[in-house]
Amino acid sequence: MEKPVTGTRKVFMTGNETVAWAALAAEADIMFGYPITPQNEIMHYWTRLGAKYDRGFLQTEDEISAGFTVCGAIIAGKKAFTATAGPGNTLMQEPFSMAEAMRLPIVAIIQQRGGPSSGTVIYSQQEVTLTTYGGNGEGHRIVYSTASHQELYDYTIKAFNTAWKYRFPTFVLGDGYQAKMREPLEMYDPEARNLEIIKPSPMVGLPGQIGIDREPQHLCNIYSLEEELYDVVLKVQAEYDGIIPELVEYECRECDDAEILVVSHGVVSRSTDDAVMALRSQGIKVGAFRPITLRPFPSQKLREILRSGVKKMLVVESAYGQLVRLLKQEIYGETVPIETLLMPGVGIIDADIISKVKSLIQ
Amino acid sequence: MTQPVMPKTWYVPSKPHKFCPGCGHPLILKALGEAVDELGIQNQTIYGCDIGCSLLSWNFFAMDSTQTHHGRTTPVMVGMKRARPELICVGYMGDGGGYSIGSQHLVNSAIRNEKVTLILANNTNYAMTGGQLAPTTLPGQKTETTPFGRDPALTGNPTMGPEMISSITGDGAYVARGTVAKYRQLKGFIKKALQNQMEGNGFSFVEALSTCPTNWRTNAKQTWSWLEDEMGSFYPVGELKSPFRKED
Ligand SMILES: Cc1ncc(C[n+]2csc(CCOP(=O)(O)OP(=O)(O)O)c2C)c(N)n1
Ligand code: SF4
Ligand SMILES: [Mg+2]
Repeated sequence: MEKPVTGTRKVFMTGNETVAWAALAAEADIMFGYPITPQNEIMHYWTRLGAKYDRGFLQTEDEISAGFTVCGAIIAGKKAFTATAGPGNTLMQEPFSMAEAMRLPIVAIIQQRGGPSSGTVIYSQQEVTLTTYGGNGEGHRIVYSTASHQELYDYTIKAFNTAWKYRFPTFVLGDGYQAKMREPLEMYDPEARNLEIIKPSPMVGLPGQIGIDREPQHLCNIYSLEEELYDVVLKVQAEYDGIIPELVEYECRECDDAEILVVSHGVVSRSTDDAVMALRSQGIKVGAFRPITLRPFPSQKLREILRSGVKKMLVVESAYGQLVRLLKQEIYGETVPIETLLMPGVGIIDADIISKVKSLIQ
Repeated sequence: MTQPVMPKTWYVPSKPHKFCPGCGHPLILKALGEAVDELGIQNQTIYGCDIGCSLLSWNFFAMDSTQTHHGRTTPVMVGMKRARPELICVGYMGDGGGYSIGSQHLVNSAIRNEKVTLILANNTNYAMTGGQLAPTTLPGQKTETTPFGRDPALTGNPTMGPEMISSITGDGAYVARGTVAKYRQLKGFIKKALQNQMEGNGFSFVEALSTCPTNWRTNAKQTWSWLEDEMGSFYPVGELKSPFRKED
């Protein structure tokens, strides 16, 4: 069968279409999903492309089922994924927590919409807390917050690789703007860039006769004793902590001599970049820090920057303090004052950030 | 004294099993084990169990197995089957798991005629959590959350699972209700429900009337009488839908 993407191709498409192509390029086998705006077109493109490239799809009865069918397919050894938003993300926390417990490399694309509740179908950054720490667990997850269509392509491929390499649930945290906008990007065949695609492997239905060649697999996520669970959680925590240095990703812009550091993530960081350029041209010593991984958080790098002469930090997000909370817990002990520009559920442009920064230096 | 022979697909290191004395679950699981033995499908069958007392069977079989969440065994097995159709995927759950918290999964996978086999133990209560009302609790039956007896005016009538499933599944589905009081018949139903999946005909569902002396607070005689008389007269036993010819 021909490869869905060969060589490198310049394209102009929506983020949702980009994700579908990236999942194909990442050799995803099957998608399970339930309609919710703004992620619908991931399914729409996947069903059409999947028919051509022999990939599976099932529209389930709800998001609980979509998450659990993904778990089942992964246990069976297939690269399965889902996509959701808002209330669907809420429902999927149950299967996500099973995936966390059983180390199932589930991949989910989250296209954030406004909340709480049904909110809007448009845009927000209000699913940060849910995506990083949702479920009744310890947040043993990996969350990439993308800012452009190129990144949607790159990080969707990376999400499958990260998930199957480390066996932690892995999320691509986009939003309605990224989902629906059209942008230019380069699609490429990962192999042509020497990017190894990690192969999936089954946990059940293994070769060999049970009792003769091998023992049966007995997978579980419940324990009889407190101490048993304690040992399991500590072991997983240690593994998670161990891979943090390999996983954390961030971007710094003009951080070296910055006196004001603007921290933002996802699509908002693009406005931040524009604002920083404009402010620098006016001689204002401002820099930008953008965590790409929200889980694990690049706290060490941020601490270093804060200690290199930053006088004030400005956290900017389309939510009422979800990034702020995440950041505060990660840089506990640093004394740089934190200012905020919090605009839940609405877009933030460079002018918003420029005027806020100027108000801080008066 | 000779011990009763265990099915080959029972996992010996996990025996004796953890169910209460007089419980119906291990009888259903014995029927499943013998059916798998007779069909010779131990190595390609994947067993999934719910949360409920069915959980106690997470390492019951010498088959690849996975435990899931309360009510979610159906979608896990559906996902598995969709991903690897060559596997025989069997989900095992209680009446609470199947008919209450997981009912949307049961109904919709039945409508989609998913090629999985589901076995549901009807013991007329939520056993693992201490004996509360289940969708299958009989009218007048006392449970911890219906201490004066189930009043259908307040909590509706018992769920008639196989009747519902047989009316919504398409051609090729196999639907039956058996009882641990008629072991051979129950095993026959389970075997056909497995065969039906092997042949790729359609959804396969067996409800098994089961016992829970612990929460019913019954002695052996009362337990059997509740199963055969009270449950037996309310829930008709037999095949409701079958793609197999009668003499098969
Ligand atoms: C989401 C969720 N809600 C509630 C529970 C608690 N719970 C565990 S078992 C159970 C009921 C089991 O009843 P049933 O499915 O009939 O199985 P049985 O124990 O009777 O065999 C409940 C409510 C849970 N584990 N998960
Ligand atoms: S509580 Fe009831 S269903 Fe559960 S193991 Fe005991 S007898 Fe069986
Ligand atoms: Mg029950």
